[in-house]
Amino acid sequence: MNFPQELKYTKDHEWIKVEGSAATVGITAFAQEEIGEVVFVELPAIGTEFRQGDSLCVVESTKAASDVYAPVSGRVSAVNEVLADEPGKVNEGPYESGWLVKLEAVQSEEIEGLMDAAAYSAIVG
Amino acid sequence: MSKVMSDLRRTPLYHEHLKSEGKMVPFAGWEMPVQYPAGLVKEHECVRENVGLFDVSHMGEIEVKGGGAIAYLDYVTCNSVASMKDGQAQYSALPNPAGGVIDDIIVYRFSAEHFLLCVNAANADIDFAWLKEHERSDAEVTNVSDQYAQIAVQGPKAFQLLERVFGRAIGIEVKPFWFVQDVWRESPVIIARTGYTGEDGVEIFVSPEKAGELWEVLLQKGEDLGVLPCGLGARDSLRLEVCYPLHGHELSPEISAIESGLAWIVKPEKKGDFIGRSVLEREKSEGAQRALAGFYLEEPGIAREGTEVHSLDGRSIGTVTSGTRTPTVGKREGKALGLMLIERKYAELDTQLYAIVRGKNIALRVVKTPFYKKKAA
Repeated sequence: MNFPQELKYTKDHEWIKVEGSAATVGITAFAQEEIGEVVFVELPAIGTEFRQGDSLCVVESTKAASDVYAPVSGRVSAVNEVLADEPGKVNEGPYESGWLVKLEAVQSEEIEGLMDAAAYSAIVG
Repeated sequence: MSKVMSDLRRTPLYHEHLKSEGKMVPFAGWEMPVQYPAGLVKEHECVRENVGLFDVSHMGEIEVKGGGAIAYLDYVTCNSVASMKDGQAQYSALPNPAGGVIDDIIVYRFSAEHFLLCVNAANADIDFAWLKEHERSDAEVTNVSDQYAQIAVQGPKAFQLLERVFGRAIGIEVKPFWFVQDVWRESPVIIARTGYTGEDGVEIFVSPEKAGELWEVLLQKGEDLGVLPCGLGARDSLRLEVCYPLHGHELSPEISAIESGLAWIVKPEKKGDFIGRSVLEREKSEGAQRALAGFYLEEPGIAREGTEVHSLDGRSIGTVTSGTRTPTVGKREGKALGLMLIERKYAELDTQLYAIVRGKNIALRVVKTPFYKKKAA
């Protein structure tokens, strides 16, 4: 299973790509396989502020609704509008077309505590 | 997972599921496959388009024997056993005195003095204790669950596959809701034309010792027909599309059989009293407080079991009993669907209501059921 090297990971199966004070968040290949076919994503409003660990959005699959937690604190600057019509992108391209939320003004110190690809790969086996 | 897997029971087909890389989960005290590598969607579609196999060995089987079997069964069930013929299978229920449903079952009549009941795995012990409580000297009740494994073969190509395995045209020889006894590789089998998917097919009762072999032969001989082993996940989405109730959701001891939409199997005109008769007879003729209704969500999202349903003016009027987005109907309509138990006056077609999902009002509409009908042969 693929876990891109340049991303950071959480134990709750989110990935985050940090570029300065901005970041993109999504769920990992492991997560999308576990939850099954995604049929709906409830995304937050632009401008909403989240603390690390808050529920950032909800991914609804045929099996269950799953909270996606903010890997770091920040403010929503964009959401993936494509998912309204094509929620399945989360399954097809969890790291690319299936990204969920972009954050600005992120707390970069919080990044230190996150896992790299090797550590995440080890916990999901 | 919180449950320790080793506490769970395993069916005679457990090793077949491991061979097919089934994802094993706890279900009603058993370790069962929720899906295999093909996945819920492909397994569901396979049953609608080709043929799928289900391990249903976890279901319970209870034998009733004796000269008083018919009178006994007509007392503990709400459907009419006296009107059954030898070789017939009948969908029925065990009511409690309040008219609620202890379990929904299938009754198989071998003869006037010999019946077999197939019951839900989750309720097998409760059902047996209840039936034993009402046992009579001329109606002996025995739990024979250990003597049977059960395999369901379901889909438009099911009879093609069964012909290859049993050498007979079950689809022609056996009418829907009838069964035959046969012998396969020197082992007795009961082949019943029943099922829980809305497609044609059978449920085969086989000895635990022979079950694995039969399963493998079905997989092997059905390979070019596209046969797949199918798990509990697909079983649930399939039954929901044809609005078959699931005990614990649409049926429970606290919901009257009439409210659950089972009026068609409640026969107050049959001879003699039966448990729950007075309530069920009254509700069947006058109507009950609540009714089960099918719905489509008119906005993106899913309304799952337990979701509250509100009228447009914000009153809480009931709850969703089962809901998801299913492969066949979901693709056809582009909508999620479900069943809900609501105040009867809101159950009319096209009524608009709200499902309250994570605090938000999601529009839904009452629609005609079933959501899916199998294609004509």
